[in-house]
Amino acid sequence: MTDGYRDHPVRSYVLTGGRAHPSRNTLRPETLLCAVDDGRELPVGAGRHERALLETCRGTLALAELAAHLRLPTSLVAVLASDLLDAGYLAVRSPASHDLPGVDLLEEVLDGLRQF
Amino acid sequence: MVSASSEAPPVDPASLHLAPTVERSVKVLVVGAYGVGKTTLIGAVSEIPVLSTEETITAASVGVDPRLGEKTTTTVAMDFGRVTVGGTTALYLFGTPGQKRFWDLWAGLAEGAVGALVVVDTRRLEESFEVLDQLEEHTALPVTVVVNEFPDAPRHATDAVRAALDLPPGTPVVAGDLRERRQAVAALQALVAHAVRLARAGEAA
Repeated sequence: MTDGYRDHPVRSYVLTGGRAHPSRNTLRPETLLCAVDDGRELPVGAGRHERALLETCRGTLALAELAAHLRLPTSLVAVLASDLLDAGYLAVRSPASHDLPGVDLLEEVLDGLRQF
Repeated sequence: MVSASSEAPPVDPASLHLAPTVERSVKVLVVGAYGVGKTTLIGAVSEIPVLSTEETITAASVGVDPRLGEKTTTTVAMDFGRVTVGGTTALYLFGTPGQKRFWDLWAGLAEGAVGALVVVDTRRLEESFEVLDQLEEHTALPVTVVVNEFPDAPRHATDAVRAALDLPPGTPVVAGDLRERRQAVAALQALVAHAVRLARAGEAA
């Protein structure tokens, strides 16, 4: 990467307070997230990555997009996002499904693609 | 792999936010051997510049470097793009290497996916066997094979490709110049149409 940043296990460990896994396992790369706009400020002790995450997510973005913009691994951003979700600073726009999307949704997607 | 996106000047994320009307997301995997045109296809369809994340995975080192022992940690770039369909749904295209040693990376990605587009190059079809085997062995994903028609590659009838790859009956095979948006979108349509057929058959059963 251009800024010299490389993912490194020790770095991730420090950034996430020693956790390898997010506090919830429903976040997927395509899960849509959006910052909660209720005027609440992050606590003074919040890290710069949490701040950057919320700043980037003022509109709706998928978890993977957040990771790409923040130049951090998706797995790490999932941990940070989980904390912000738990604290109510971030909201999930699209609950991710573990199953194959249903016929109705697939047909809608197909119709949408046919309009291009 | 150095992706074009990591060299591009930073883009203001605000200009890349999804429309407020978008309320859900679906994803498609774009898999295939290195250099086969995965990112080309994603870029042709995507409404945003192709993005890239790097993931650290623990992968079996078979075929990588036997001196490193059984397992090794490696960094893999994942290119992806997005297109909004029907105003309410964001369709993500995640490009990922399909080889067995990257399985850890795409195993998580495969869950909940609409299906997988397997991009192949007719000059090195044999590299696609492992990708197709992995999909068949580990997932129940609808699969569509996309032959990337490189300008200097020989043209094969899609039936010949189907036979060479020994595809399960009903697996769509499409071909096109994946730099062209229309043809890349057609490949995506073929996959989603296939997923619709399979889902309907599943409902009827």
